[in-house]
Amino acid sequence: MDREIIQLNAVTKSFGAVQALRGVDLSIQPGQALGLVGHNGAGKSTLMHVLTGTIAPTTGSIASGGGARPDYGVAIAKRLGIRCVFQELSLCPNLTVAENTRIMHPRLRGFGWRRRAGRLITRQLDTMFPDHGIRSDTVISDLSIGRRQMVEIARAFTTTDDPLRLVILDEPTSSLDPSTSRQLLAFTRRFVADGGATILISHLLHEILDYCDRIVVMRDGRVVADEGTAAFDRAKLIVTMGGAAEGHAAEAPVSAATVAAEGPARVRYRPKGETGGTELTAQAGEIIGLAGLAGHGQSDCLVEVFDAAGGRPGRVSVQGPVALVAGDRQTDGIFPLWSIADNITVRSLGSLTQGPLISPQRADALAESWKQRIGIRTPDIHNNILSLSGGNQQKALFARALGSDAEIILMDDPMRGVDIGTKLDVYGLIREEAARGRTFLWYTTEMDELEHCHRIYIFRNGRIVAALPRAELTEERVIHSSFQEAVA
Amino acid sequence: MSGQLAALSRLRTRPWIWSFLGAALVWALAVILAGGHGAWSVITTAIAFSAFTVLVGLGQMFVITLGPGNIDLSLPANIGLASAVAMKVMDGSDGRIALGLLAAVAAGLVIGIVNYLLIRLLRIPPLIATLSSSFVIRSVGISYGRGLQIKPPLAFADLVVARLGGISVLAVLVLLLSILAGVVLARTVYGRSVLAVGQNIRAARLAGLSVRRVRFLTYALCGALGGLCGALLAGFTGGSSLDVGAEYLLTSIAVVVIGGTSVAGGMANVPGLWGAALMLFMIATLLNSSGLGIGVRDLMTGLIIIAVITLAGGRRSLR
Repeated sequence: MDREIIQLNAVTKSFGAVQALRGVDLSIQPGQALGLVGHNGAGKSTLMHVLTGTIAPTTGSIASGGGARPDYGVAIAKRLGIRCVFQELSLCPNLTVAENTRIMHPRLRGFGWRRRAGRLITRQLDTMFPDHGIRSDTVISDLSIGRRQMVEIARAFTTTDDPLRLVILDEPTSSLDPSTSRQLLAFTRRFVADGGATILISHLLHEILDYCDRIVVMRDGRVVADEGTAAFDRAKLIVTMGGAAEGHAAEAPVSAATVAAEGPARVRYRPKGETGGTELTAQAGEIIGLAGLAGHGQSDCLVEVFDAAGGRPGRVSVQGPVALVAGDRQTDGIFPLWSIADNITVRSLGSLTQGPLISPQRADALAESWKQRIGIRTPDIHNNILSLSGGNQQKALFARALGSDAEIILMDDPMRGVDIGTKLDVYGLIREEAARGRTFLWYTTEMDELEHCHRIYIFRNGRIVAALPRAELTEERVIHSSFQEAVA
Repeated sequence: MSGQLAALSRLRTRPWIWSFLGAALVWALAVILAGGHGAWSVITTAIAFSAFTVLVGLGQMFVITLGPGNIDLSLPANIGLASAVAMKVMDGSDGRIALGLLAAVAAGLVIGIVNYLLIRLLRIPPLIATLSSSFVIRSVGISYGRGLQIKPPLAFADLVVARLGGISVLAVLVLLLSILAGVVLARTVYGRSVLAVGQNIRAARLAGLSVRRVRFLTYALCGALGGLCGALLAGFTGGSSLDVGAEYLLTSIAVVVIGGTSVAGGMANVPGLWGAALMLFMIATLLNSSGLGIGVRDLMTGLIIIAVITLAGGRRSLR
């Protein structure tokens, strides 16, 4: 039996209150193609970062070749021959293909390094993707997204002096067309046959089932299944990933189906480039869920609706004022130099003025009343916003949107990293506000949250592929629609 | 002990105090060097000169508060052109003073709007946009003024240098304007929007603030203040000159930074402008009276800016 390339023992990783990994054991042998599947937030990406050494585990140990590696990091991973093709492309867009290759290979130095780097990458591209049509002196930003990904993948397989034993491929085929994808997967089989190892992360289950020897399924930061591919079929994979009916958050989705929304649509939305197909509509009092895998057009939908507010009705028509609750607090939400009160009132400044000046009394009254209603835990709303925990910062963002005059509230996966107590508070508030006639568009990656919606639209590749009324919502149907593959 | 700590933490929240302390320190040195003579006159002169620095500093402060990359380098050219416009329109006649002031402000306003349009429509970074526009403005100024130095109307020259009890009347007016600017920043939708945009432009947009309008207004405001300063300087120095604004490139930025406004944006500091302007003038006086040249003066200014940024560097937002 070959010695393992790398072995993780009871590895956990927490970011603040969020447990991304809750004790993972994983061992990678040479000559094996491993498939890794799981829902968004299952911990796949964190696990890959641990393997490549960019994230140190909170607890647990990493071993390789029989010996423990207590100081495991990027340098050791590189020496062990572990490479990764990340989902977000890591090429420098202003450099050429050859120059990007050089970044990984310090040995290419002295006169003619560009030419040698170019030969190296071209040879690899020729091997993996015959007829790739990529010149090594092309600047990356001039390449299409698909070709960029081909360069990214090919670069991970080039070798000079470092060994190459394990390549992690995180959604490698997401921007490749079907025939190129097949070329890539066929190459990985040859690589594995020669004694290498791969980890393939993909939401396209047929790729996993067709090309991997062993499948690991993750859910909620744990490995819930780890068996040979023969033990799985498509249906079993879906069930294992989804986990039938989770126990927690099992509050009755009461009012969800009871409100009979009436009147004209407040929001009409059709994705860019779509003429037929399903149109998203939302009326007063409705909570609309946007589901599907992350990054398949849900956030774009929210931003387009946000920008269309107050404009002419067209592809996107929005009737009424809009407010957005950001999910990515740091980049889209928080004003870090301001107090909690300032952060809450910023969306409502126009309605807090007396004459030309903002009234501090009215601003404080607004902030204070929402601090009470939504339960922001702070002794003083004039404290800096960063004095709050993440969940309470998120509450302040909810207060900003709900305290405004907006009739349409857009929520961009706002519960990321929020603890369950806060979630339950906010769910109640959303139902309450919807009953008063507000409209919610709610993008979420959590199955439980869809249960609070009246209607759910499922996005895939920037298109709306299904619309489910609450009564027809099942986890299987959501996963099925999210993963449904274009019939090749 | 706890009282000292509280005082320290108050200092941290009021970074403008440092610039006033610095000004006082340099003033004391200058007075000692002069053997105790002219203590009061140094103060009044400093106040009179600071009025101009603070006027352009206010505009620059609003622009810098818009966040990283925002700066107006066209102020010197703007001031030069506006001084020529004001003198030409006034044409030495007391009855045309208001008209001349208005024309100078309008010229500055147009420059600010053009700056914004370059930044917005052509997507040029503010640094490059305002620098290149300042070359254009200078050329316009040269062909417009033709090197003539027109004298200001008598009443205007008198007004600009007028003093009440030793204190420059103009400085009092600029002080009132500073207070107004402080109120605008803290209490109006526009001012809050400037602060929000400076902290996080994307969050500001998603919070429903109109980022474009805020940036437009800010560059226009900065231009208008530059124009006003140009007209007043022409009266102060006895005639228009294209070079009258030359020193305000460095100074306008220096007073903003030394005064405690965050170079990373999102936090403005109006009182600090005055402290910094007074301090810079005191340093100039001190170095002049100690016989050192303009080179050393610039060196000192540079060192002080570096020192201030280093001392204020503990703040997270500066990273």
